[in-house]
Formats: sequence, C-alpha cells, structure tokens
Amino acid sequence: MRKFIIGTLAAAGMAASTAALAAGGDQQITDVDWSWEGIFGSYDHAQLRRGFQVYREICGNCHSMNLIYYRNLQQIGLTEDQVKEVAAEKEVEDGPNDDGEMFMRPALPSDHFVAPFPNDQAARVANNGALPPDLSLMTKARLKGPDYVYSLMTGYQDPPEGVEVAEGMNYNVAFPGHQIAMAPQIFDEMVTYEDGTQATADQITKDVVAFLNWAAEPELEQRKSMGLKTMLFLIVLTAMFFALKRRIWAAVH
Amino acid sequence: MSGHTFQNKAIRWIDERMPIFTVMQHSAIDYPTPKNLNYWWNFGSLALFVLVIMLMTGIFLAMSYTPHVDYAFTSVERIMRDVNYGWLLRYLHMNGASMFFIVVYIHIFRGLYYGSYKAPRELLWWLGIVILLVMMATAFMGYVLPWGQMSFWGATVITNLFSAIPLVGEDIVTWLWGGFSVDNPTLNRFFALHYLLPFVLVAVVFLHLWALHTTKSGNPLGIDVKGPQDTIPFHPYYTIKDLFGVGVFLLFYLFFVFYAPNFFGEPDNYIPANPLVTPPHIVPEWYFLPFYAILRAVPDKLGGVVLMFGSILILFALPWLDRSRVRSARFRPIYKQVFWLFLIDCIVLGYIGAKPPEGAFITIGRIATAYYFAHFLIVMPLLGRLEKPRPVPQSISAPVLKPAAATAQMEKV
Ligand code: HEC
Ligand code: HEM
Repeated sequence: MRKFIIGTLAAAGMAASTAALAAGGDQQITDVDWSWEGIFGSYDHAQLRRGFQVYREICGNCHSMNLIYYRNLQQIGLTEDQVKEVAAEKEVEDGPNDDGEMFMRPALPSDHFVAPFPNDQAARVANNGALPPDLSLMTKARLKGPDYVYSLMTGYQDPPEGVEVAEGMNYNVAFPGHQIAMAPQIFDEMVTYEDGTQATADQITKDVVAFLNWAAEPELEQRKSMGLKTMLFLIVLTAMFFALKRRIWAAVH
Repeated sequence: MSGHTFQNKAIRWIDERMPIFTVMQHSAIDYPTPKNLNYWWNFGSLALFVLVIMLMTGIFLAMSYTPHVDYAFTSVERIMRDVNYGWLLRYLHMNGASMFFIVVYIHIFRGLYYGSYKAPRELLWWLGIVILLVMMATAFMGYVLPWGQMSFWGATVITNLFSAIPLVGEDIVTWLWGGFSVDNPTLNRFFALHYLLPFVLVAVVFLHLWALHTTKSGNPLGIDVKGPQDTIPFHPYYTIKDLFGVGVFLLFYLFFVFYAPNFFGEPDNYIPANPLVTPPHIVPEWYFLPFYAILRAVPDKLGGVVLMFGSILILFALPWLDRSRVRSARFRPIYKQVFWLFLIDCIVLGYIGAKPPEGAFITIGRIATAYYFAHFLIVMPLLGRLEKPRPVPQSISAPVLKPAAATAQMEKV
C-alpha cells in the first residue's frame, strides 16, 4: 500500500519533470522573493503603481499590452480621473462617424492599452527586425516567469571571451542562447518615483515585474483569499465526513 | 426487482408506472457491496465526480468561448479576466483534466493489482478501456481550444501521425484538418467534438456501471462473495466512505486550482498560436507522456503509431493474457513484485516522453517500451503457469472477523 502511494507521488513528479525540461541548460535565473508568492501572498499595490509607471515610461515605447484595459488600472489604486488622464495620452481610431469617416479620438478607460506600433511589421522595422513581444501574459508565458523577467532585465553582461555577439544583439545570461535583440533598458534613477522610493535599477526591475505579474494574473488576490476560505471549510467538512465514517463503520469492523 | 414499497404516495405513484425509485433504491442504497473494500475502491466514484465537474465547468466555459483562430486565445483571456469567476471555471476545468487522469490511472492500476479484469468482469474492464480512449480524445481536443503555441503544435504533431497509415494516410490527415494544415476548420470541429465526447463518456460510464452492478464489485481478496454475511448495503457504508474520499480529493484538487493553477500546464500555451514559429520542445500534456515515449521509441513512423495505439489496445486482451486463476496480487507472490516493476516502467516511460529524443534517453525509452509489451505478452502468460499462488481465504468474512488480534496489533504500531 505504501509503495502504491510512493508510485503515485512519482507519477506527479513526472509532471514536474516536464516543466524542468523546458528550463533548458545554461540560463542563469535568480530566485527572487516576490510579495505574491505563497499561500498568503498578495500584491503590494504601491509597487504595482510604480511598476506601471516604469511600463508607461520605458517598456511601453516598444512593447504592447493588448489584453489590459485602462479601466483595469483602478484595481491597482489609480483613481477614475487618473485613469482617464492616462488613457487620454494616447489616440485610437474610431468610427465610422455620421459622414462615414474613420476618425482619431483620445483613448478612454474602456479601451485596451494602445500599442506603440500599428502592427508587428512596424514594430520589427523600428527594432532592427526583432519583434518586441506583447507583455500582457509574459510572466505566465515563460518558465518561472517573474524570476525570468527579473533575471533577463538585469542579466546584461560583457560577453565572455571568445563569444561573438551578432550585430545589433546584446549578451544576456538569462536569455536562451544568450543573444537578445533588446538592448539593456533599466538603469539607476531612470524614473522618478512620486512615493519617494529610491529608484535603483534593481528596484525599478522588481517594480515592473510586479506590474507585469499583476497584468498576467489580475485574479491572484481574489484566488488566494478564496482558496484559503475554501480549504479551511473543506478541512472541517472532510474531518466531519471522516468522523461520521468511523461512526457508521464501527459496527462492521 | 420490484417489491419495495415507498411511504410517499407521489413516489409510489411514479414507481408503479416506471420503477425509477426502485432502481435507485436497488443500485444506490441496498446494493450489496463487499465489506472489505479498501480506499483504492474510492477512485471509481471519484472519477464520476470529476466527470460531473468537467461537464459543468465545460458548459459554462463554452458560453464565453469563441472557436475561431483569431478570437480563441483572447476569448479564453476574456474568461480569465472579465467573466465573473471565469478564472475559477477555467482553472477548475484545466486542472480537472489532470485530476481526471490521475484518478483514472489509479483506478486502472487498482484493477491491475487486484485482477479486477478477470472473469466475470471482462466486459466491465473493456468498457473502462473505451472510457480511457474517449477521455484521451476529449482531453487532446480540449487542449487545442485555447489556441496557444502548444495547442497548435501539439495538434499538428499528433494529427500528423495519421499520415503514417499507408496509401490513405495523407488523405486522412487532410480530412481531419478540413484543409491543408491545422487551421480554423480544425479548431471548429475540435470544439464540436470536445463538446460532444463527454456526453459519449457519460453513456459509456453508464454501461460501465451497469456491468459493475451485474457482476458486483470485486474486493482486495479477489474471492467471490459467499453470502450476505460478506456484504453490507451501499448506503450508508459506502456513501459516507465515498464522501470522505471526495473531501480528501477536493483538498488535493483545489490546492492546485487556488495555489498552483498552472502547475500541470506549459508556459508556451500562454503564447498565442503562431504557425510560423515552432517551439523548441513540443511536449504533450503529462498524461500522454508514456504513450509519446512509446511512439518515439520506434525509428519507423508507422511502427511507432502502431505500438502507441497497441499499448492501450493490448489492455483489451489482458483477461486472457493473464492465465492465473487467482485475482488479487495479495496471493500472487511473484506478480506482486512484477506489478511494481510495471508501474515503474510506466513512470520511466513518462519521464522519457518529457525528454528530447537524444542519447541515453533513446536507449532507455526503447528498453522501457520493450518491457511494457513484454509485461503483457511474456510475463503475464508465463506467470499464470509458473507462479504458485498462496492459499486464498475461505470467504470475505473469515479474515475480516477472525483476526481481531491482528487488528489490535496494528493499532499499537
Ligand atoms: C527599444 C525597444 C524596447 C524597450 C524600450 C523594451 N524592450 Fe523588451 N524587447 C524588445 C525587443 C526588440 C525584444 C525581442 C528580443 C528578441 O527576441 O531577441 C524584447 C523582448 C523582451 C522580452 C522577452 C524575452 C523573451 O524571453 O522572449 C521581455 C520579457 C521584455 N522585452 C521585457 C521588457 C521590459 C520589462 C521592458 C521595460 C523595462 C522592455 N522590455 C523594454 C525591445 C524593447
Ligand atoms: C470516466 C471514467 C470512469 C468512471 C466514472 C468509472 C467509474 C467506476 C465506478 C464508480 C466503479 C465502482 C467503484 C470502484 O471499484 O472504484 C468502477 C469500477 C471499475 N472500473 Fe471504472 N470508471 C472509469 C474508468 C475506468 C477505466 C478507464 C477502467 C479500466 C481501463 C475501469 C475499470 C474498472 C473496473 C475493472 C472496475 C471494477 C473493479 C472491482 O470491482 O474490482 N474504469 N468504475
């Protein structure tokens, strides 16, 4: 019987090994302690707002986030007016109007984040032929996503001796294959935080990763708090079933 | 069958015209069940429970899902973000598929250990294998629906297998795709079939249970029920035991749903499908990995496909390949060891299925594949002849009632 349980666990381990496979050899990934990890984990909303500022000022020049609406920003603590203001910085095409013409108007909270480029081709042309991927799901679309993106943004180094870096590419220890078309993006004091947080490169990176993780998993806080209540309820319920089972079966044993 | 009189007049009125309540009374309440079933017998009812969850979550997901190559991915993200509790529905469904396979694989290995496939339960066993095949088809097509990179490339690799069939292979693949590559028509038909097949499953499960209630449950001793002293009514004994099982199972299942919802998934499937970019490693879902390993163990494509399907179809012949007249491994000293070898072999195959086909992995995969088939074709028939089973007990109540001393001893430990 015990062997059977071990066997079952081994089968579960098998699933984990699939994941291990995709990690692939020599990427250097740093393990960061994120506030949203663990059973009681939750987002630091001030950090999310700082991360959004980083996206808005830096990453948003190249990367789209097509799945996010401006209205979603209220979830991380922007006021309705602030959201309107942020949205109105960008223009979107709308229409046709009564004359049958398409026209441009400022974006509204009900619009998706406006992408920096009108299409993939335009994005490639502006980036030496490389396509900056959409960031809405980035932390879910890579193995150990948040750690990976952190390591990527901080992983730029001089190439080791003997390694040729191709034209327009940058050496990065976290990127698979180590040559990435994106140049280093984050430096100390690159943004000025309103809440007085010291804007070190490390801090900026952590903030933007937190924001990206929120964008990928906006349900996380609701999920974890619901999980806690559900698990507590189930533990009690299952214990009661067990007690009842023992009671009912007492006569049989 | 009839003869049960119900107090309630309305119920009696209906029952006299259609004995639905008599049948229920018969098969869910009075149903005589061996008194010595252990917890491995919980997994059948658990499978049924998961099936119901999959149907319910699936139907609600379908209300917000769009089976079109341009919208499928975003419609799933809409469910995750904008549908009320959509993330819960989707994560329940996604992890539910993995749970379904965990539960059913345990259920099958229970059958292998206790010889549940032997006379008179061959048909019950066959229906189980049909269930497994339908489940696999359903899961495969379901995985295509979110239209991520793994959806697309998994569908491409697996459907392409049929091109190995001589002469008509290519035509069959075109016919499956509804075009010349995996594209919108493929997604549409996969959605239609993914909605249909679970209801086929319900029908086959009904037959499975019908067969079960005809032959009645086996038991860990593998001996026949000798009389009423060996059985207890299903209700309340097994209803409460199954409910307790459901509680434990839910704790396990919901842990993943709430705290590690993408544990069984592939990150690549959060990248929208792109026919122009092949992911570096195309891996199927974990529950297909052993079969994927068998497929790749053979250098010849057709041979691989034949062995892969053969590895499941061979289960149909098991009641005749196993020549031993003793059902339970408890009384089969050698088979008891061989069973674990076989389980380990399946796990090794699963591990190999997740690895790229290179170097030692190829060799190990081939050995494990050979052993898989040898287990059924050589070991089982031989064991039936050579193994000396230990004496089986006289009846179920004999060993359950007698060793009160033994129970007392166990409690001390
Ligand atoms: C000047 C344009 C530009 C800016 C600004 C920029 N990136 Fe990139 N990024 C790129 C390009 C181009 C790629 C594609 C690189 C490749 O495929 O080699 C990329 C790729 C990425 C990737 C994907 C790596 C992978 O595994 O495929 C991530 C994550 C990323 N960027 C994050 C960020 C973050 C976070 C910021 C803001 C701090 C940012 N980028 C700012 C151009 C940019
Ligand atoms: C949707 C999936 C399935 C459901 C809902 C289901 C349901 C059940 C239930 C409720 C039982 C009685 C309780 C028990 O013995 O655990 C049972 C028994 C059994 N099932 Fe299944 N089952 C499923 C899949 C399978 C598969 C895939 C197989 C084998 C290939 C299988 C083989 C058997 C056998 C042999 C028994 C009788 C065991 C015995 O009494 O000794 N089942 N099933």
